[in-house]
Amino acid sequence: MNNADKNQLKDGLFKYFGIFASLIGLILLSIFIASIISDGLRRIDWQFLTSLPSRKSEKAGILTAWTGSLWIFALTALISIPLSIAAAIYLEEYSKKNRFSKLLEINITNLAGVPSVIYGILGLEIFVRTWKLGGSLLAGAFTLSLLIMPIIIVATREAITAVPSSIKEASFGMGATKWQTIWYQILPSSAGGIATGVILALSRAVGEAAPVIVIGALAYVPFVAQSPMDEFTVLPIQIFNWVSRPDPGFITNAAAGIIILLAITFLLNGIAVYLRYRWQRHVKW
Amino acid sequence: MGTSKGKSTNSENIEKQKESTISFDFTDRTKGIKLESKNANVFYGDNHVIKDVNLQIREKTVTAFIGPSGCGKSTFLRMFNRMNDYIESFHMDGEILIDEKDIYDGEVRVEDLRKNVGMVFQKPNPFPKSIYENVIYGLKIQGIKDKKILDQTVEESLISAALWDEVKDQLNKSALALSGGQQQRLCIARALAVKPTVILMDEPASALDPIATSKIEELIHVLKKEYTIVIVTHNMQQAGRVSDKTAFFHIGELIEFENTKDVFINPRHELTERYITGRFG
Repeated sequence: MNNADKNQLKDGLFKYFGIFASLIGLILLSIFIASIISDGLRRIDWQFLTSLPSRKSEKAGILTAWTGSLWIFALTALISIPLSIAAAIYLEEYSKKNRFSKLLEINITNLAGVPSVIYGILGLEIFVRTWKLGGSLLAGAFTLSLLIMPIIIVATREAITAVPSSIKEASFGMGATKWQTIWYQILPSSAGGIATGVILALSRAVGEAAPVIVIGALAYVPFVAQSPMDEFTVLPIQIFNWVSRPDPGFITNAAAGIIILLAITFLLNGIAVYLRYRWQRHVKW
Repeated sequence: MGTSKGKSTNSENIEKQKESTISFDFTDRTKGIKLESKNANVFYGDNHVIKDVNLQIREKTVTAFIGPSGCGKSTFLRMFNRMNDYIESFHMDGEILIDEKDIYDGEVRVEDLRKNVGMVFQKPNPFPKSIYENVIYGLKIQGIKDKKILDQTVEESLISAALWDEVKDQLNKSALALSGGQQQRLCIARALAVKPTVILMDEPASALDPIATSKIEELIHVLKKEYTIVIVTHNMQQAGRVSDKTAFFHIGELIEFENTKDVFINPRHELTERYITGRFG
């Protein structure tokens, strides 16, 4: 075999390895989803969606978990979106470029990589104990907001930076104040990018179990939360709890719960992809 | 920033007397002085980019700023609507006056100044919104919501910018769908909508084709009946065609400021002559 043949062989081998590497994630996910669906789909019905937890697997439902997740989604959005966007606007448009702002920026970027359980411990100390919120929805939402704010801030800053400076100049040149320029030009132009980041971050918040377990969300909550001060559970905790039980009926329940959680996450990701697509199509500079 | 803040009326009178001793002014003396620079120096950090510039621009005239790249002509243009304020290392001394008022005085609100001094940029920069929304932007940020006033302003401004006939049936179309030349005229209409008295143009035709360029130049001829126009240009022929007076800058200094035809036919300074004949720049 001469050198050229060897190179050709290497090239071919690498190609097949590349195909394998690209597909492995997709294949494993497909197998996982197929097995979950075959286990859990038959369990999803009206009774399952509207029943409270129970010791008997066939009577147990997921009502408290999905309403809890919905509460967490809404409260976390309400807390994290305005704070994160305000922080991103400040960092991009107002802060002077000095050592302090550099430090701030590096820290925020690093915060995005801190493990979620650490945020849980922080939330336990600040919100549950110091603010005396207990294991409430509000404490959970604050904790998850801390977790996702760095993600939203980074995404928002990227979206804002993408607005050309010529647009800002045009606005300032017309006698607009900084705030008017942000409100009328920068935010509308970057809304698609901001929304994408927000939704991806929120779908992460909805899927988290560790930090909410640490702050004391319970697996067994026998009522639907009525106010942000109520105790709660969320889908990942409910699934985790069911999976750990010996009764095979609960394993089926867990599979059904996973289908619902995945459906929510895929839906949110789908919305994010759609927004990004629409944004790219409509805004051309 | 300015050297003489809160000056008394007495010193104002002295300043006025001094005006007549400032050179560089040979135009129609029936027109008042609109823009004036007195010993203006501009620095970016330690970089001295405008050096002691004195000039007077009369109202309803077109003045061209020419000079090689990096000579400070755009920086100097942006002194008149304080667009340099956003550069963090920027500082200045001397005075820039509009209608005899120092615009770098602490009492002047930049937003009000810019309503009086419109600007057209090098690259057409319409907002990614409809044509209508673009024109009314200046009114919107002033809080004017009356539909009648807005409609009327849109029509008047687009007519003044020689764009009305081309877009009157598609005012809700995105401004980004217009051609480059149309976009630039839209930007002019947007600037006119707030009824400024001064229009600054920073190489307004450099990104346009020759036909679009000639339309902008025709427009400048019409607009100068009502507005004081200052235009930065790299194009000697353009300066010759549109301007009454020409200022030649070189490394931050104002070398020559004369009637345009004198500058081009009989430049006083050797640098000017070498530049306009294309021997450097």
